[in-house]
Amino acid sequence: MKEVDQRMPVIVKIPAPLRPLTQGQSEVSVENAGTVQAAVEDLSRRYPGLRERLLDDKGALRRYVNIFRNDEDIRHGKSLQTALSEGDKLTIVPAIAGG
Amino acid sequence: MSTAVLLGIGGLGCPAALALAEQLPGVRLVLVDHDRVDRSNLSRQILFTEGDVGRPKAEIAARRLSQLVPAATVEPRVQRFDPGCARELLQGCGVLLDGTDSFETRFAANDAACALRVPLVHGAVLGWGGQLLTVLPDHGSCLRCLFEGPPPPGAVPACSEAGVASPLCGVVGAAMASEAIRVLRGEPPRALGRLHQWDGLRGTERDVAVPRDPRCPACSLAPQPALGHP
Repeated sequence: MKEVDQRMPVIVKIPAPLRPLTQGQSEVSVENAGTVQAAVEDLSRRYPGLRERLLDDKGALRRYVNIFRNDEDIRHGKSLQTALSEGDKLTIVPAIAGG
Repeated sequence: MSTAVLLGIGGLGCPAALALAEQLPGVRLVLVDHDRVDRSNLSRQILFTEGDVGRPKAEIAARRLSQLVPAATVEPRVQRFDPGCARELLQGCGVLLDGTDSFETRFAANDAACALRVPLVHGAVLGWGGQLLTVLPDHGSCLRCLFEGPPPPGAVPACSEAGVASPLCGVVGAAMASEAIRVLRGEPPRALGRLHQWDGLRGTERDVAVPRDPRCPACSLAPQPALGHP
């Protein structure tokens, strides 16, 4: 991986239903992540329980969760292999059904 | 007479129904809910009182709306929404509002709205988080463009476990009614092709664009979309 990739800070917006897993934080920062996959893996190490909410047993994004890179729906591109650049924002959007 | 069908007469359906009845008394409201009033509902389900506990939500809500807005035309339907009843229930429907608390029902409502070409206003809350998405035939995207399908039972906390913030129900329910009024008047909905999200605790809102998935089994332009996708 290129040196520049090792310094990428990416902001991840955590939705309200997942904040109990991030100690209430609505945004967390991820470094050294060249792809969405790497960012998710980093978050999973830091916040136990988050991986199970985002990824299935095969490591794919769960069908009822979505992630946006800036305004881009990653499902419509390379999904978890979507490349990240410095200053990108990831927004996690889970399906919710309360009423 | 235009018809609005409301699925789920709970924390979202109650304020949405009241706002629609007050604002558009000439619109026929069909209230669909199989459930009965529970005491725990009363903090946010504003059409019910202590004396209604144990009685069918749809019937009580229809009666209360008729008292509050005598000019309103309200029809209660004490039943679940599923693909089997969609065609009959959505006959002549001008807008469908989904405020149910079941993932399966929400995806069934989305699929039925797409297949039958009925505009859909999808509103949901969990804890202090809220969402709004509007789906129009041949425009924008749908719930299945955003999520492939519902989670298996128990995989995501239900509102009975995670709770639902009462103030946010009023906000999202009123926004659903506003969106339905825009649809009925032929004005551009604010959440067409965009998921509008609320963080009620921090008082922030944001949108994310939801692009249409050309392979979406519900809203793609493929001929003869069917009801009841897995």
